[in-house]
Amino acid sequence: MTSKFSPLRPAWSALTTTSAIITPAIVTTAIAVSTLAAPSGALAQEADPQAVITIGSLYEPQNLDNTAGAGQGINEAFNGNVYEGLFVLTDEGDVEPRLVEDYEISEDGLTYTFTLKDGVTFHSGDPLTAADVKSSIERVTAEASASSRKRTLATIESVETPDDRTVVVTLSEPSISLPYNLSYVWIVNDAASDISNSEDGTGPYELQEWRRGSALSMVPFEEYWGEAPDNGGVMFRYFTDATAQNNALLTGGVDIITSIQSPDALSQFTDNPDFTVSEGASTTKELMAFNDRVEPFDDPQVRAALARAVDNGRLLNAIWGDYGTLIGSFVPPTDPWYVDLTHVNAYDPDSAREMLAEAGYPDGFSFTLDTPDYDPHPIVAQFLQNELSKVGVDVQINIITANEWYTKIYQQHDFQATLQEHVNHRDIVFYGNPDFYWGYDNPEVTQLIADSERAESTEQQTEMLTEANRIIAEDAASMWLYLYPQIVVSAANVTGYPVNGLNSQFFVADIEKTQ
Amino acid sequence: MLGYVARRLAILLLSLFIAAVVLFVLLRLLPGDPAGALVGVGATPEQIEAARAQIGSDQPLGVQFLAYLGDLARFDLGRSFVSRAPVIEEIAARLSVTVPLTLAAFVLALVLAVPLGTFAALRARRWSGLLLSVVAQVGIAVPVFWLGILLVYQFALTWRWLPSGGFPLRGYEDPWRAVQAMVLPVLTIALVMAASLMRYVRASMLEVLGSDYLRTARALGESHTGALMRHGLRNAAVPVVSVLAIELSTAFLGAVVIEQVFSLPGMGSMLLLGIQQRDYPNIQGVLLVTTLLVLLTGFLADILQRALDPRLRQEGGQ
Repeated sequence: MTSKFSPLRPAWSALTTTSAIITPAIVTTAIAVSTLAAPSGALAQEADPQAVITIGSLYEPQNLDNTAGAGQGINEAFNGNVYEGLFVLTDEGDVEPRLVEDYEISEDGLTYTFTLKDGVTFHSGDPLTAADVKSSIERVTAEASASSRKRTLATIESVETPDDRTVVVTLSEPSISLPYNLSYVWIVNDAASDISNSEDGTGPYELQEWRRGSALSMVPFEEYWGEAPDNGGVMFRYFTDATAQNNALLTGGVDIITSIQSPDALSQFTDNPDFTVSEGASTTKELMAFNDRVEPFDDPQVRAALARAVDNGRLLNAIWGDYGTLIGSFVPPTDPWYVDLTHVNAYDPDSAREMLAEAGYPDGFSFTLDTPDYDPHPIVAQFLQNELSKVGVDVQINIITANEWYTKIYQQHDFQATLQEHVNHRDIVFYGNPDFYWGYDNPEVTQLIADSERAESTEQQTEMLTEANRIIAEDAASMWLYLYPQIVVSAANVTGYPVNGLNSQFFVADIEKTQ
Repeated sequence: MLGYVARRLAILLLSLFIAAVVLFVLLRLLPGDPAGALVGVGATPEQIEAARAQIGSDQPLGVQFLAYLGDLARFDLGRSFVSRAPVIEEIAARLSVTVPLTLAAFVLALVLAVPLGTFAALRARRWSGLLLSVVAQVGIAVPVFWLGILLVYQFALTWRWLPSGGFPLRGYEDPWRAVQAMVLPVLTIALVMAASLMRYVRASMLEVLGSDYLRTARALGESHTGALMRHGLRNAAVPVVSVLAIELSTAFLGAVVIEQVFSLPGMGSMLLLGIQQRDYPNIQGVLLVTTLLVLLTGFLADILQRALDPRLRQEGGQ
């Protein structure tokens, strides 16, 4: 029973961004959808508005509260479906107002005044008021909150509610990403109790039933303020085994799989007219993180040499075939500060040997690579071991569990190099934090990233972060191996689902199914 | 007999207590921090501290242990670190899948194994009996998950007769679909279990067939089959019962694998998730309940054996 499911993936999804902005649609062009022809006749049929869509996922939420360590699955099921924020991060990567009618920013960038939409009600029937927004924001910033967003909202000094439809947020310093960060904050009825096991949001669906270990179903909310969903309800079915999930799609047990994690399973869908395979834009990066604090990786020349010794293209092809993307730095094409940096420290084993000799390692050296025990890391580690042996560098593979990774590497920084996947959108800001586990400390980058958050315009922010992006690539701060593909597979009679899954969201209201 | 039951029950409770202590200690020896797993990467030290305080892992181990024992005495298994739900409730929901699955497989295995094993013993020297033994041998060699995958391939993917996995959201309120969901997993466990049981039934029967008392019964005019049914089965059953108890216990534990193959929301997936998340209350709860099930099975098997075999009763009574 082999499973391509990486069990602790939800934990790493909490890797946070500390800065971001509102961007007009720079990223929409990056979406490549390869759609196989639907069976003839299917297109001519009318969608059934009563159809219940069944969605297969490997990410079962552990509770229903996204500030209490529920994992990425709760965002997938609830963001934009059951709960809404003041803003929404669309599947194209834009930040748009959702529960906000209008907002104003003061000259000094320290005061945001939000006017709420009129006529919004919670599933329990209570109207949305400014007090609900205040308590929802404070729930995330609270002492006990386990929300991965907590730090990003640390500049919030106070939230005031002059009247029922107005919320005034005061910041201690300007934060251009505030609307983006607020897109993660669910607006919850302040009268709701026990949101770990029930919900009270404003979204187009309300929770119908949840059975742990099995499934979660939701039905359209009759009083929804916006457009009614195109389907009669949605059920998320949770799997712990990717093969079982694929079998369910093959037999009609589910209509859509939100994210295919096993490349070898794809062929059964790509060659079959009953299914549609879509490749969206992913933000999940596979990388080898050096501990930039310790020898020999405190020397950028050594890191660059190692980057040149590894043929990333061959690695990606071995794991994902024709899917996935090569990246020359940590920034995926959906982030506004993306530039193609694949030419920086590109594959060139001869120059790698020269650089190693220059750096004082003519005969190479040996290091330990702490490798998480789930796919794809062990395979990647073996590939790196083989590639680096060709330039005289000896890799000792040390397999560890995800939990050991967390303690040994993330908390104690006790490692030489490690493998990890980072799933988040806009997370280049980690390179601006010298205390982060990989210990990259370049004052210029730290300054650029800090300044970008205080930028006066999104253009200025983008400019600064693009510059930071170039510098980390030239410094070979880490070895960025490839960007995972984001693959959604559905039955051919199902359309209208999101393909990018940015930040694990999966908006279901537009999904249609023909009989 | 009553004294025996009482003594046996006391041993059961003592074993359970020891298991509870061992579980508590072993889990705390594992590397990893449940609070860290709970708040995730990116958390500040204050967040981790807050999480520790919330789940009580900031308390000294001795204090945690006494609280745990106190709760246990009140049949309270605590609340999950992660879902915040009472462990006992979730276990009850999941037992409603695992127990019917295991028991149904066990009964089916018995129904298959007893007649087939008896038949194989009676025809031990003919080709039909030999063939059955060979089939059983193959059945024992087959890994249970592999058989599950084969059955899914044939019955779900190729013929489309049955679902490939999953369990209805409403459980047994949707009886037809619940039964459909159970057919393949039950069959998978039952076939593998029947194969090994059959060999024990056959061996036990062969021994009885060669026994003096059976020959005597036949000499007194009973037919071969009649003698076998009246005297043979009961005697052959005594060793088979202890094997049955072991098989049933193994099935409770082995359900973990089958629940994965068929995506069933049983104890297995709860245990796996619990381990990944260092959710100590959940892990302890599942393992304790499983231990209890195994101990109970052994207990019932002992009682049954004594009921079947008067010789055991006499020895025990002295």
